[in-house]
Amino acid sequence: MLNRKIAPPIKDAVEFELSLKPYDKYVLKNGVEVYAVNAGAEEVLQVEWVFWAGNWYEEKNMLAPSVNFLLKNGTRQKNAFEINEHFDYYGASLGRACYNETATINLQCLTKHLGILLPVVRELLTDAVFPEQELQLYQQNSRQRLEVNLKKNDFVANRLIDEYLFGFDHPYGRYSRFEDLAVLNRDEIQEFYKRYYQQGKCMIFVAGRLPVNLYELMEGNFGDLPLHATQPGEIIHKVHPASEKKYRISNDPNGVQGAIRLARHFPNRHHPDFLGAQILNTVFGGFFGARLMNNIREDKGYTYGIYSYLQNHIQDSAWLVSTEAGRDVCEATITEVYKEMELLRTELVDEEELMLVRNYLIGSILGDLDGPFHIISRWKTIILNELKEDFFYKTIETIKTTSAEDIQKLAEKYLRPEDFYELVVV
Amino acid sequence: MIQYSRFELPNGLRVLVHEDASTPMAVVNVLYDVGARDEDPSKTGFAHLFEHLMFGGSIHIPEYDDELQKAGGENNAYTTNDLTNYYCQLPSANIETAFWLESDRMLSLAFSKKSLDVQRKVVSEEFKEHYLNKPYGDVWFKMREMAYENHPYRWMTIGKELSHIEEATLTDVKNFFFKHYTPVNAILVVAGNIVTEQVYELALKWFGDIPSGEKYIRSLPQEKPQQAPKRMDITADVPVDAFLKTWHMPARMDPRYYTIDLITDVLGSGASSRLYQALVKEQQLFTNIDCYHFGSTDAGLICIDGKLVKGVSLEKAEAAIEQLLEKLKMEGISVSELEKVKNKTESTMAFEDISVMNRAASLAYYELLGDANLMNTELSKYHEVSAEEILKESRIIFDEKNSHTLYYRAK
Repeated sequence: MLNRKIAPPIKDAVEFELSLKPYDKYVLKNGVEVYAVNAGAEEVLQVEWVFWAGNWYEEKNMLAPSVNFLLKNGTRQKNAFEINEHFDYYGASLGRACYNETATINLQCLTKHLGILLPVVRELLTDAVFPEQELQLYQQNSRQRLEVNLKKNDFVANRLIDEYLFGFDHPYGRYSRFEDLAVLNRDEIQEFYKRYYQQGKCMIFVAGRLPVNLYELMEGNFGDLPLHATQPGEIIHKVHPASEKKYRISNDPNGVQGAIRLARHFPNRHHPDFLGAQILNTVFGGFFGARLMNNIREDKGYTYGIYSYLQNHIQDSAWLVSTEAGRDVCEATITEVYKEMELLRTELVDEEELMLVRNYLIGSILGDLDGPFHIISRWKTIILNELKEDFFYKTIETIKTTSAEDIQKLAEKYLRPEDFYELVVV
Repeated sequence: MIQYSRFELPNGLRVLVHEDASTPMAVVNVLYDVGARDEDPSKTGFAHLFEHLMFGGSIHIPEYDDELQKAGGENNAYTTNDLTNYYCQLPSANIETAFWLESDRMLSLAFSKKSLDVQRKVVSEEFKEHYLNKPYGDVWFKMREMAYENHPYRWMTIGKELSHIEEATLTDVKNFFFKHYTPVNAILVVAGNIVTEQVYELALKWFGDIPSGEKYIRSLPQEKPQQAPKRMDITADVPVDAFLKTWHMPARMDPRYYTIDLITDVLGSGASSRLYQALVKEQQLFTNIDCYHFGSTDAGLICIDGKLVKGVSLEKAEAAIEQLLEKLKMEGISVSELEKVKNKTESTMAFEDISVMNRAASLAYYELLGDANLMNTELSKYHEVSAEEILKESRIIFDEKNSHTLYYRAK
């Protein structure tokens, strides 16, 4: 007779050997580095061009994301429709995204189509023209999207908390505004494009089932462009945190939920506390089984979900708690978050909970190594943050060895309510 | 080509196994043949509420999540109008933990009062977060009620109204469970770094002695053929006007499905699609516009959905859409346009199949539709669609008589 009360034996996380499949690296004639991971069962691949063209480099607000968005809206040879038609015809998707330091172009396609798609990506890097009409349309549609988004409490809260942490003049604290959108002009866009895309610093990440002539394709399409492997001159931005810590903002008088954000500064990935803090964060609010979720969702039912996380910034990070809670339980939610911080400062995490967290983290990394896109994404983080190659293995080591005492020390140092900005948008 | 094997336990549980030795993980996917369409009209939102309760402890195991996380696993679930799907992924060395957990909750839940009380609140907050606290959040409540007069697609999976969830009792919960959450109404898929014999033994060991339950025979009220177009004109506190129009379309297994699916891609998927190019880029009437359908199992809806540029009237915007549809009905599409949407379908399917988790969920879904091997043969059905069929189908599907138009005006 089966005894269902007894769990089947498990292999503990600490016993798993994890390895990150190494990349192949090529350097094109112009110095641009290409990182490639050849893996996967499906005949598909992804190429990502990373440019140091994020809002860190813009002199006017919203310039960097606008250039990035409009990159594929017209070249000397093709209009926006023809460009889109080319990629769509082959069932490919060409995305672009703008972050703080970097901005990217991302191509996903069937491996067999790569050769016919790359020349058009090249064209975007040599011949983009940013037609005036496309710019106007972009301004009009962005303005309307912003109007809609500003009605959402969570959207407003995300903007404000960043501004409190870093100051509006810092790239991490800045956000889109109608007035900045209105004054975008084509000359500045073209100037930014020339400096940061045509002649900028670039790196290429490729993953999937790669064609045998990948290197020749990359060299042939991108090796002769005036791109660089390094960025001439560093730009430094100073952080200007707000002096006031607590905010209650009214955004939607009929809203049924408030958006809550608590946040404090935190150093970047190079800091010795970073990896340990990730473990503490997991216990605190980093996954579905974390304390915040257990208390505030599963016990009190104040929210559909609550999480804490470290922001994904290269220079300075921040530690955030984020949730949407019923309008009348927002203050009670904040009280509970502080209670959980206090517990972590004053009591040791017991061995069973710590083991659960370790096993969960190792299991999720193991699951996240599934497939070429995940593998290249881990390498990209390591490379873009200029971390050592063994960062992955250090992470695993930290998960396996961090003790309850280590966690308590980190909680005493970082989970102090007086350090947190506190915002509710209702 | 996705390889799999299939067997059935004596209690009626269908089991599918897909081996993939390239991953260190295993996926266990349990699909229950119950969705929001199976709810009592006075107790809507139940299938979804239930999905929450499935994590509130089973008969022998108080904490599903803790046990799974200890074994290095992660899980989630979703409910649609048609089905409820639970899936977890864990290192394959620990696969038996997933069998233990999933079989215990198929055997019986703990039915704790506390869990019901809390999850009612959580679902209420989910309701608010997604549907009440968002501009345009209620648009599909209105559209479904207008489009369906009889079929239970009339309501959303989250439920028709908050009160149905707030008033759910433990007795309701138990009845629902023993009616739908039984081996004979479920499909188990195991995929990843496992071998079929091992799965067979584990399935027999953990699921074999669960009483099979009664096969749920679905007999849902169907829509009568619609005789006249329907319209609704509402005003709400939103910044810009929005337009939504739908037409009835056939069920998922109807041969016309593939043609209609491709028509939605011609009209509204991607920056080179017809609606986007004409109405956003050239005529500048919309800031965004899309054409899509939900792939629902029973007869569903094909939709055109967009937000207007400020200052443009809804009447003008609708007329422009109408003109594009007329053009499609008159001229059809070119060979290269047809090739484009077929290429897109092929590529989408290849990308979906990258993850073991998706492969497992797809196998379960196709098995539910009646044939797991559709996963391997569907692409060829898209390839068979001709430009003539697109032309013919566009004339049938975009019949004004069969339509529902919603004007959502800004105050």
